[in-house]
Amino acid sequence: MNHESHWVLGRLDWSALPFWDALQHPTTMNIVNAIIASGAGAMVILGGLIAAAALTWTKRWRWLWSEWLTSPDHKKIGIMFIVIALVMLARAVIEAVFMRLQQAVGLDGGFLTAEHFGQLFTTHGTIMVFFMAMPFLTGIINYVMPLQIGTRDLSFPVMNTISLGLTAAGAALVMVSLVLAPFSTGGWSGYPSFTESAANPGAGVDYWIWAVTLSTLSSTLTGINFAVTIYKKRAPGMTWFRLPLFTWTALCTSILMIFGMPPLTVATALLALDRYLDFHFFTADLGGNMMNYINLFWAFGHPEVYILILPAFGIFSEIFSTFSGKTLYGYTALVIATLAIAVLSFTVWLHHFFTMGQSAHINAIFGIATMLIGVPTGVKIYDWMLTMFRGRIRFSVPMIYAIGFIMLFVLGGLTGVILAVPSVDYQIHNSLFLVAHFHNMLIPGLLFGMLAGTNLWFPKAFGFRLEERWGRRAAYCWIVGFMMAFFPLYALGVLGMPRRSAAFFEPTYLPWTLIAGIGAIVILVAMLFLLLQLWVSVRDRELNRVPGGDPWDGRSLEWSVSSPPPEYNFPVIPEIHGRDAYMRQKESGGGAHPRPDDYTDITMPANTAMGAIIGMTGFLMAFGLTWYEWWLVMAAGGATLVALVARGFTRQRTRTITAAEVHRQHDTWLRELASLRPVTRAEEQSSANRGLPASPVEGAVQ
Amino acid sequence: MNQHTVSSRSTHRSDADETAHTKRAEQRTYLWGFGLALILTLIPFGLVAFGSLSAGTIYIVIGACAILQVVVHFRFFLHITLARNKREDLQLILFTVLILTIMVGGTLWILFNLYYRMMPDMLP
Amino acid sequence: MNSTSTRHPGLNLGHAHGEAHEASEELVFGFWVFMMSDLIIFGLLFATYITMLGGTAGGPGPHELFELKSAFIETMLLLISSFTFGMASLALKYRSDRKVLVGWLVVTLLLGLGFIAHELYDFHKMFSEGGVPSRSGFLSAFFALVPLHGLHVTGACIWLVALLGQIAVHGLDTPTKTGLMRLAILWHFLDVVWIGIFSIVYLGGIA
Repeated sequence: MNHESHWVLGRLDWSALPFWDALQHPTTMNIVNAIIASGAGAMVILGGLIAAAALTWTKRWRWLWSEWLTSPDHKKIGIMFIVIALVMLARAVIEAVFMRLQQAVGLDGGFLTAEHFGQLFTTHGTIMVFFMAMPFLTGIINYVMPLQIGTRDLSFPVMNTISLGLTAAGAALVMVSLVLAPFSTGGWSGYPSFTESAANPGAGVDYWIWAVTLSTLSSTLTGINFAVTIYKKRAPGMTWFRLPLFTWTALCTSILMIFGMPPLTVATALLALDRYLDFHFFTADLGGNMMNYINLFWAFGHPEVYILILPAFGIFSEIFSTFSGKTLYGYTALVIATLAIAVLSFTVWLHHFFTMGQSAHINAIFGIATMLIGVPTGVKIYDWMLTMFRGRIRFSVPMIYAIGFIMLFVLGGLTGVILAVPSVDYQIHNSLFLVAHFHNMLIPGLLFGMLAGTNLWFPKAFGFRLEERWGRRAAYCWIVGFMMAFFPLYALGVLGMPRRSAAFFEPTYLPWTLIAGIGAIVILVAMLFLLLQLWVSVRDRELNRVPGGDPWDGRSLEWSVSSPPPEYNFPVIPEIHGRDAYMRQKESGGGAHPRPDDYTDITMPANTAMGAIIGMTGFLMAFGLTWYEWWLVMAAGGATLVALVARGFTRQRTRTITAAEVHRQHDTWLRELASLRPVTRAEEQSSANRGLPASPVEGAVQ
Repeated sequence: MNQHTVSSRSTHRSDADETAHTKRAEQRTYLWGFGLALILTLIPFGLVAFGSLSAGTIYIVIGACAILQVVVHFRFFLHITLARNKREDLQLILFTVLILTIMVGGTLWILFNLYYRMMPDMLP
Repeated sequence: MNSTSTRHPGLNLGHAHGEAHEASEELVFGFWVFMMSDLIIFGLLFATYITMLGGTAGGPGPHELFELKSAFIETMLLLISSFTFGMASLALKYRSDRKVLVGWLVVTLLLGLGFIAHELYDFHKMFSEGGVPSRSGFLSAFFALVPLHGLHVTGACIWLVALLGQIAVHGLDTPTKTGLMRLAILWHFLDVVWIGIFSIVYLGGIA
């Protein structure tokens, strides 16, 4: 708005290159920072080039397009969401390591400029919430939930591809900001008036606004899709109180997405109006009020916390029950606790700004509401412990994560109760105590949940188990690394160290920041072990194949089909007679895999380019808006409209798989099953495990 | 209508009669809705244009008419009723109302409390 | 499956429509959920608007800028269009002559376009009186809330034109029918939001 811009490039010029500043002002500090930033940018370009070269070399472009990018299959979309999440996780962990190292040597300086440090904590937070956690849980729900409720696809498969496209566009925008810098320095919450154009006229905040907006739209659509699917597409007999607990948490998370995402859409949209059209919502002058933003942001932000944590609760519920060989203890209590958390999460957002200046009784009410959420969460912890009680527990990788979670999460919850006391919050808000608290909830809660879920369902998706030894090493490194990196921050917070400090001048902080820095390195090692685990697993895939589809003696329907499942999931839609539907089937006399009387033709959604198109136009629109390239905004916006209208005119939207083909595929699998040797739970982690469990040992608690 | 089978392309006289009957009934529903909405629009507009009530009373009337008119729209145009087989949709709407109340009510409560204590300029 | 004639909230096509009636269940329910999500957006904008009422910063306020007459005209245009869309829905449900259906739809479209035109004229007048969004927090809030509703109406009009095109190309097949049913919900919903706007913004501002 303020300086004249080029008609094609907008305000994009040489200064967007990450090393430009260092060329103009070659101080040591600037050169070090330019090398780090340019290295990151170069890695993005290099990564893109390597991927493109690999696809060209193996002649896989067409395969990528027709098998993946245009596929409406919920399973493939789920996997693509998780791939985005893992790539973004790698980047954000590396950023975290840089931040911890900066603070480890940050007494009187450090090696990063304040500007660079600001970009690091902003991208770290934005990525971890919007482009790691959200795609990860969306991906897992996408993959697992339809299988658990016994359906062939989501209610709106095309909308699902659009959700994926929008998330990918947002993630791509954050990645591009490494090459054409800078990103925002306003933190993941982007508070004005710092993020207003008066204080921050550059492209950084605009990158943040549009990346977050793309992610928000994606999540809203995803939430609608999941909720309608669970409401309308359950298999016959799958009543509400027979749903697996993971599906319950998926439903509650979707409801939170539907109602919790709009406040963020409003907050970022109004901030954009302020920045682009000179509105005065959150400015310091002319009747603006920045507290409006903070109110809107946290009206989203608190439900968001539970969007992130509930699916992990669901995953852990499945894990505790599967790996203890017992039905879930207190199923009804767990369902009610999940629902209670979902509703209560809308009533506590003020605890994010206790210090705003409202009266004490308002603070007291929101503080009490906050502590109330601890009650249903506590119920869950006890239910999980009682599920393990007297079970035959197998310490597989998912179970290690789950036990790490249950111990660490309780600690994090207790510090949350401390923070919920307004008078305490006045002392330690905006300090590293807070940073320690929410990492304590989100790493053991969300991230361990997602990694445990990946270990649990990987064999379902790819037909072979993940390697156990490296998996364990990764899990232990995560647990230890987390404790070393974040427990010192509690101490630092109480000592008074503010969050988001690039440097400090208080020598007593130093031992704590050093320990935290070492912890960050351990987490980096954990990331490497995860990569190694994947590498070794793919290398030894023949050893760990589980064609039987049920490697863990599972309880819910997703284990009743082959690994990987056919694209139509179920040759015949199953009929449900009770909770733990598949375990019931296995224990009944009819056998685990009854042969159906007859097969029918199956209608599946046809491939569609809608997701790819909307993702691309969404990215271009966001990029054009960020750099003031108005021609690009209009062209991409027009293309979006044309694509949506044109989609309305298409009629070839489904394709049919014949009954004979279904019959043939099912027969092949049943024959393979008959050739497998069933394994007991003791052999589960050996290569004897081909995905067909033996009947439980006599006397085992079920 | 309830007892019809899915593929009824029936041309029975009684059926046609019944269809015509329900069609008239549904048309009446829309007319009722339109009439009620019109009245509930005219009352507040009339009061503001020509009335001389105190501001407080006018706000209450405007609010009451607005809420009533929303109900009228939902009942007569969007066909949301208390009938048993549409419960999950009623649940959806009621849950939305709950969340709206929490969010909107909470926002107004928090911010006006703030204005009263810290930013009296922002009080209207 | 239990044979009930209602599969989703709102006007049901009924069994006579066979496949379209079946297909509408998920589509219409999903659209309702989307509408409710959208309603949260409007609700928060209303709340923000009310909290910004005091932020006129010495600029023009509701009394100087709002006109009862034009608010009334816009209200009537929308209310009548809601009714005509209802008539179109009935024409669809009872399989009246296609000309009747298209006729009601065109009338609805014209009323919608009339609403947008009148609103634009209104904004133009406010601008010429110094009522621009960059003037104050209050005007910012007004120009976020009311034009967002206008944008929704514009989007609904574009959708209506697209559906008329689909009727011309494909006739009244299942996708067209379910499309019309969802648009009907959007149209009535926008009228409901407008009740909030004329009550809170216009009448509340002028009273």
